[in-house]
This record gives sequence, C-alpha cells and structure tokens, in this order.
Amino acid sequence: MKTATKKKSAPAAFPLDRAGLLKAYRTMRTIREFEERLHAEFAKGDIPGFVHLYAGEEAAGTGIMMHLQDKDRIASTHRGHGHCIAKGVDPKAMMAEIYGKASGSCRGKGGSMHIADLSKGMMGANGILGAGAPLACGAALAAKFRGDGAVGISFIGDGASNQGTFLESLNLAAVWNLPAIFVVENNGYAESTSRDYAVAVDSYVDRAAGFGLPGVTVDGLDFFTVYEAAGEIIKRAREGGGPALLECKMVRMYGHFEGDQQAYRGKGEVEDIRANKDCLKMFSERVIEAGIIARGELEAIDRECLAVIDEALAYAKAAPLPKPADLLNDVYVSY
Amino acid sequence: MARTLTMRQAINEALDQEMARDQNVILMGEDIAGGQGGDGELDAWGGPLGVTKGLYHKHPGRVLDTPLSESAFIGAAIGAAACGMRPVAELMFLDFMGVCFDQIFNQAAKFKYMFGGKAQTPIVIRAMVGAGFRAAAQHSQMLTPLFTHIPGLKVVCPSNAYDAKGLLIQSIRDNDPVIFCEHKNLYDSQADVPAESYAIPFGEANVVRDGGDCTIVAYGLMVGRAMEAAKQLSPKGPKGGVECEVIDLRTLSPIDWDTVIDSVERTGRLVCVDEANPRCSIASDVSAMVAQECFKALKGPIRMVTAPHTPVPFSPVLEDLYIPSAAAIAAAVTKTMAQ
Repeated sequence: MKTATKKKSAPAAFPLDRAGLLKAYRTMRTIREFEERLHAEFAKGDIPGFVHLYAGEEAAGTGIMMHLQDKDRIASTHRGHGHCIAKGVDPKAMMAEIYGKASGSCRGKGGSMHIADLSKGMMGANGILGAGAPLACGAALAAKFRGDGAVGISFIGDGASNQGTFLESLNLAAVWNLPAIFVVENNGYAESTSRDYAVAVDSYVDRAAGFGLPGVTVDGLDFFTVYEAAGEIIKRAREGGGPALLECKMVRMYGHFEGDQQAYRGKGEVEDIRANKDCLKMFSERVIEAGIIARGELEAIDRECLAVIDEALAYAKAAPLPKPADLLNDVYVSY
Repeated sequence: MARTLTMRQAINEALDQEMARDQNVILMGEDIAGGQGGDGELDAWGGPLGVTKGLYHKHPGRVLDTPLSESAFIGAAIGAAACGMRPVAELMFLDFMGVCFDQIFNQAAKFKYMFGGKAQTPIVIRAMVGAGFRAAAQHSQMLTPLFTHIPGLKVVCPSNAYDAKGLLIQSIRDNDPVIFCEHKNLYDSQADVPAESYAIPFGEANVVRDGGDCTIVAYGLMVGRAMEAAKQLSPKGPKGGVECEVIDLRTLSPIDWDTVIDSVERTGRLVCVDEANPRCSIASDVSAMVAQECFKALKGPIRMVTAPHTPVPFSPVLEDLYIPSAAAIAAAVTKTMAQ
C-alpha cells in the first residue's frame, strides 16, 4: 500500500448503495442529535461529571465503523459517544449511563468517559489519553490467534498522538504485523492547545512512516473519503497485510468538555464550522445533488433520529439509580 | 509424584502445564525466549534468569518476544485478555512498572468495575521482586504495597517452589488480573513439588510453624528469615524460651485476615515482617488490622520489621543492612515479649 494524501473522493461514483447511504446518514444523524441533546441537557445541570462531545466529527467514526462487525474491536477515547453509536451500542443504555443510572451500559459505574459494550466490540471510551492504543494491539493480537479475520482499531486524538503508548503501539503493531489500525482524529485541538503547537510533524503519514507503517491522511469531514480509505486499510489488515494509520482531519463543534468557554478559538471559528464545515450537511448535499436520495427522505430520518433521542432521554431520566450495595460489587470476578 | 525442584523449575513447569491445558494461554515479554532475529540460537535466554527457557520450542507461536516497550506489550496483553485470551506477561523486574503502570492500574484493574461487571481481564503479570541480588535501586524493590492498594488487582508472592507452582497455576486460571511476584533470590531455592498440576487457592495463608507465644507474619523471602528467627528463639535455640507461630501470607490481595487474627488471638503478640519500605506497607496494613480487630488480645505492642525508608543501595555491605535479617526479626520478637 502506498502512503498518500487524499483530498476528495471522486464525485461521480458512490462507494455504497442506497441502503448503505441511508444507514450511514442515520448513524451520523443519531450521533449529532445525541450530542446536541447532551449539550442542552448538560447546561441544565442534570448530568454529573465531564462530558466530551463528538458533534462535527460524525463522518469519521461512521465512515470507519460502517466496515466493522461485532467481532472487530475498537478502543475509543474520552470523546467516545460517536464511536459507541456507530459501533452499535444502544443509545438508551448510553444515555442512562451518562446519567449514572443502574440500567446504563455500565450500570452507572463508568459514565460518559467509560461507556463500553464488549458484546458489540466496543472496548470502552477511555479517560486516559493514549491508553487505548496498546489495548487495540491486544485485540488485534487476539484476533490473530483466533484467525477470525477481525481487526483492532485504536481511535486517538491529535493530542494523545504524542503519548508514548501510541508511539510504542505503532512499533509493536508493525513488528508483530498485527491487524491493528490507528485512527488519528485530528480535530485541531488537544484540549485548548492547537495541534500545530504540539505536534512537530506536519503530517501523520510521516509519523507512521517513521514506525514502518503505511499512513493515509483524509478529509475527515468527507464521509465518502473516510469510508473508502478505511475500507482499503481494513481489508488489507483482515487479509494479513498488517497495521496502518489513518489520519482524519476534522473539526470539533463544541469545546473540549461541556462548559468550556473556548476563549482559545479564533473569532468566528465555530460559526464557520457550523456554516461551512458540517459533515452532515456535506453528506446530504452530495447525495441529494446526485439524485440518489431525496431531501424528504433525509428529513424523515432526521425526525426518526430525534424520536430515538427523545426516547433515550426519557428512558435515562426515568431509569432507576444504582443501589448502595452496587458500590461494592463487580470489583473482582471472585475475591 | 513429588520431585525436588527449584522455584525457577516449578514456575517453568506451571507455565508449561497451563499452556498445554489451554490454548488461550500465551506468554509475552522481553527476551522470554531471546535471540530473535539474530544469527545465533533461538530461545537463547528463556528470560534473563532462564525461567521460561524451553517453552518457546514446546509451544510454537505462543511465546512472544516483545520489543523493549512495556507500555505497549503490557497494554496489549491486557487488551488481549479482555478479548478472551489468557496472557501471561513478564515485566522482568517489577521496578519497570513505572513505564506501564497506567495500563495496569487504570485499565486492567478497572475494566470489571468501570464497565458494570460486563468485562473480565484474566491476565497474569509476572515480575521479579526483591533485594539481595546486588542489582541496585531500580532492579531490587519490593513494590507489593503499590499493587495491594489498588482494587481490582490480585497480588501473589510465593516463598517456595511448591507454592510458586500452585499459585501460578491458580493465577493463570483466575479471571481477575494478577500481579505474580517472584523473588529473584528464591529462584534457586528447592522444595518437593508434585509433577501433576495443582492450584493453590488465593486468600489462604500457610501456617508454616506453630507456636503459642508470638505471631510472625511474613511473605516471600522473609518467610525463611522469620523461620530462622523462630528457630533461634525456640527453647532448643541459643536464645531460648519463645515459641513463634510463623504465617506465610502467600497472597497479599486477597489477604487471609482470618488466619492472622486467629493466631494473634491465641498468642497476643505480633511481629510483621516485610521486605518493602515501611510506610503504607504490607506490614503496616497487617498491623493496623490486628490493632483494630485484636486490641483486647494484645499483650504487647505490635512490632514491624521492614526495609528502611531508603532506596535499595548497591554496595553489598549496605544492601545486606537494608534487607530485614533473622536477627532483626528475633530482636523484634524479644522486644514485644518484654512488654
């Protein structure tokens, strides 16, 4: 595989059929509505702790996860809601988890930063930046032993791409030729510090090359480009071709965490993202212009997604709280 | 059938038997075979002290030499464990935990709880511990208390070859993450070890010597020293007059409080021996629990015999002073008996 930088996919052909396009749109819209609703609800003060929103980044997670099955494992980041939804985790259980409820994905013991569902191959959002990379290598190693053609994918932000765990994992994956994929979600900010300040190389393709891995940089706002690049990389890994790095250049619609005043952003930056760099708008325009999907169909999906989130929120708010005895259980399998 | 084996051989046999029993058991670590990619012999080392020697050829493809990259391979072992494998990862020296501790205490230890009970991480991290090897400050520590502090981890430290085999087999079959501490100065110690496979349950201390006057609690290398002190103090010994009960904790998390408390209820006296540094140690932990639970039974103050609050020194004359001696243990018993 050559290392390359791809800007835009070919406008004429779509890599997915109509059903696939509708599914992708539904996933992205569900993530967007989930995050927009959390933004609104968090401001009311009902949600405990820290929440990091994936709004604006939907095309990347969805474009990659469309290629995966439950047997494929992902190790996510602190900004993990989008990865969860795209990997098939139930939004109701996720919402209940974020509210700290007993019927949450993790029975209220994990919260936003630790949502996991191993039955779906979601190995957890992670509060430790860079910690998921070695875990994804482990998932890839297990897949290699099983010989089931599964892959392990580590999502990592541009900030955590400076962690030793990430760099060590690139080397380990290359040395052991693991079916591991490292997705750098480059949204331009490590918390409040710009990517350009904190990362010495201009391109992650160069960083991958330094560890003996092929790398590809794509416009992470363009679902189709992400989908195609991820498809090639994942196929190659499944066939024993080894690890690769995929850099998705993207934007963050909200702050690092909810409540972040974002004084570090340039004037008009967020407005520009909303107006001109919205990956969902870009997707919609493409498929409508091509005459494959009608606007009305997408609007119908929008309403259905809204209903899913309404239902998830109502479920979460009505869900039972953990019991005092839950404090002490599930520390060990046996002790 | 029991043969006399060294602890090194007993550990190797436990790994070999478990790998034969369960294909999901794999070994990972730096130089655990050795010689990868070179022109010489493969399995040249079998680990720096030869503990895993021979397993590479017996179990093809399942003994993985890793780059010097503890964060990555310990983390990968943890990730593989969460995906159904049963990796035994060798950290070589427990002192190296500093470069991969996040993967151990924030990832492996917490998956079960943080994911609402829906995950398990059956990993064993084997590592050498302890002083006396002239290996200086960064290869000699007894860091057991750092791990017992963390909910979700189990911590094991055998004192002899028989326990090492049975406890390691239990560690591999256990469904929680286990830190398995091997004292490098015990690798050549010998004991009768059955050839067949056997597991020693966690949380069961071993009363290695009965006595009614003073309880000595120890683990790892210190068990032998405690036994030596007990021998010196017994009526047959030169100092005469005191019968010590010696308890080998064997596992530090879980810990067998019942055996310790029952013993102190009978003897009324306790000496805690720990090769770790004194503050927030296994010794201070056991002392605090006994003070709380056995206050009325105590006839004298609890005494702790530990390493001093210093790094491990290099010079043999200093290192020998650093490690708790049988004489120091005997002196502590005598002191608590006098009150």
